[in-house]
Order: sequence, then C-alpha cells, then structure tokens
Amino acid sequence: MSIDALPPEATAAQAASSTPTGAMIRTLGLVSAICGLIIVSSYQGTLSAVQANKQIAVERAVFKVLPEAKSIVEYQVTPSGVSVITGELPAGAVKFFGAYDDAGKLNGIAAEGGAKGYGDTVRVLFGYKLDCQCVVGFGVVSMRETPGIGDKILTDKDFLANFVALDAQLNKELSGLANEVKTVKHGTKTKAWEIDAIAGATITSRAVGRAINQSAQALLPLVVPQLDKIRTKS
Amino acid sequence: MSLENSRNWDEFMEGIWKQNPTFVMILGMCPTLAVTVSAMNAISMGLATTFVLVFSCLLISLMRNVVPKEVRIAIYIVIIATFVTAVDYAIQAISLALYDALGAFIQLIVVNCIILGRAEAHAAKNPPLPAAINALGMGAGFTIGLLSLGVVREILGAGSLFGISLFGASFQPWVIMVLPPGGFFVLGSWLLLFAWWAKRKERLAAAVEVNQHA
Repeated sequence: MSIDALPPEATAAQAASSTPTGAMIRTLGLVSAICGLIIVSSYQGTLSAVQANKQIAVERAVFKVLPEAKSIVEYQVTPSGVSVITGELPAGAVKFFGAYDDAGKLNGIAAEGGAKGYGDTVRVLFGYKLDCQCVVGFGVVSMRETPGIGDKILTDKDFLANFVALDAQLNKELSGLANEVKTVKHGTKTKAWEIDAIAGATITSRAVGRAINQSAQALLPLVVPQLDKIRTKS
Repeated sequence: MSLENSRNWDEFMEGIWKQNPTFVMILGMCPTLAVTVSAMNAISMGLATTFVLVFSCLLISLMRNVVPKEVRIAIYIVIIATFVTAVDYAIQAISLALYDALGAFIQLIVVNCIILGRAEAHAAKNPPLPAAINALGMGAGFTIGLLSLGVVREILGAGSLFGISLFGASFQPWVIMVLPPGGFFVLGSWLLLFAWWAKRKERLAAAVEVNQHA
C-alpha cells in the first residue's frame, strides 16, 4: 500500500513517530560535544597528579632495591653513549635508572627485566651495586603468579637472601657476564651467582633468575665501560 | 516523613534491597567475581561504578526529551563511556596501586549491564532527581554486594581485612578464596543464604495466614 492510499491520520502519525535525520545528527553531535568536553577536562585536570604518581611509583621501586639512594635519573644507553631519557626510547637503546645518594654520587643502577613465569611474564626491577658488581635486591613490577605460591618470591626469606649480594660481574672482555645468573633447584645452590629456588614455586623462581640474567647481559656490557660519564649527578 | 521524601526513600531503597543488582538481579557478575579479592578493591570498584551510574543517569534523564529513540543506545553508551573515562583518570590520579589492582575492570564498567539497564529502564523515563536517587541506590546496592564478597574472600583467603592482618603470622590462608573459584564459592554461599532467608520468610507468612484462618 502506498502512502497516498493511507487515511490522512495514519500518515500524520507515521510522520510524528519517526525523527527527521537532521534532528538525529544534531542530537548525536550535541552529545558528542558535551562528552568530548568532559573527557578532555578530566584528562587535563588529572594530568599533573597522574604524572606525579607515576614518578613517585618509579622512585619508590628503585629506592626499595637501592635503599641508600636519594634521587634517580632515567638514562638510555647505546654502544656510542649514555644520555638522559627525554622522549621515546630509540631502537637498540637500553633503559636503566641511575640512583644517586645525598652528595650526588652514583650509588647504584637499577633496571627492569622480564621472563615468562607460570601465569604471565614476571617483570622485575633489580638493583645493581658497582663496587661489588652484584645484584643487591629486586622488586616485582608486574606478575600474575598464583597467590600463595608464585608470589612467595616477594616474602620467602630464604629466597630473598639470594639477593643480598648475587654475583653478576662482567667477564674480562666486558662482553657479557662472567657467570650466567641462574636459578637452581631448591637446596642445590653452591655458587655466588646461583639463585636457590623456592620449593614448590620453581617456575616463578626461574623466571626471576632469567629476567635478571637477560637484562644484566644486555645492559651491563653497555653501561660499565661508560660508567665515568654518570658517576656524579649532572 | 512527607510523601515526596518517602517516594525518594523508596527509589533509593529499591537498589539496596528489592532489586539489589548483585543478589537479586544477578547483574554485573564480571566485576563481582573478578575484583572482589579484597575489601578495598571491592569498595573502590563499587564507588567507581556508583559514580558512573549516578552521573550518566542524571545526564540521560536531563536529555530524555531531546534524545531520538532511534539513536538512544549510541547516545547512552557515549555518555557512559565518558564518565568511565573520567573515573579512569581520577583513579590514576588517586592511586596507581589501586589502578593496577582493578586492571581492565575499570574500563569494563562501560559494558556493565547495570548501568545501561538503569539508563534504559529508569533514567530515560524519569525526571533527573528520582533518576539520580535510583541510580545512587543501585550503586550503593552494588557496592554492598561487592563488599560482602570482598570482605569474606579477604578474611578467608588472606587473613586480613582492608589490608590489616587479623590472625597473626600463624594463620594459614585459604588461598583458593582469592583465586577465581573462591569468587564463585562465596557468591554461591551468599545467594544460598538470601534464598533460604526469603523462603523462611515466606513459610512464616504462610504459617501466620493458616493460624488466622484456623
């Protein structure tokens, strides 16, 4: 049936029930404009607080693994030089933190590493002291390990004792670690560069060892020859 | 209490009791099961959802006469997503630890069926004040629901409440309670309790009626 054949009341009702295209677009545009305004203003309003929070979170994580440090500087290192990170990390560069004491002297460096654990990648941040050439502590940046099992890596006293002075010195050619940092089965640690795994949480313990090893192997050969450039805070 | 006040009170109580989103309507189960591993997480998630509920229902109610019905769902979703984004930034500004603990579930508030359900079923048909009060009640009801799970799971699964250790170092936590199955166990137990209570009330009412007839 064509519209002309309908009684006049029916056409009027039909016209009233459907919204003109212009009105729909107008309303959608209006709502988008209002919402856009709310989003942008909440972004701008919280930006400084969010950035400050992120900075505090990074500092706290580094101070936890290097307790004597008082301030940090974020560096990037390539075979040709060390520089303070300003924008995006260029390809081939490795990121690390220089931790400085009150007098502005380099106290140690900290770097992130990650390796596959039981649930997902275990990302750790470890502190490295230059005088002993050893790893002196680690903290977890993110993990999805089983509560009560994998997350013992943060609380197990025997496991944490591995990281009081975990040997990670470079070989003579400065091309890599003299001895690979390695997690061994619970109770079989004999060397200073070995990590004694937690019984029952071997996979997570291994992930910590691999994460530190990979990151140290990539970072230390680049940083150690150029250490003099960052000994004092610029 | 005046008529107006009592009507507002009814609107508010609807979400807390009669139509509690968690225990009566069984809505929004995704955050209910996923983020209630601790009381703090549960309360934060509840408050974030309440904020989004109240403000989106308020805005939707204010616009209810200008929104063409053909494009209403798109408009509601845009409004809800806007307030979720605002909450997302606010939580990042308050605490990054909390933000990490809640993870993707903050962004997933956009698709929480409680909010779109309220927008469609209530806010689009009512003036701003009752719409906001009803949304506040629903949000409070949802927060209470999350908190009832969060408190039980944290006490049993971690031996603490709001991060404060309750039983000392000798307590062996019931770890499964903070794992996904624990969410189902605790939710199931709460539902069982409420169902038993409702049945009991029904039975008592029936007994009273029989007595009256006798």
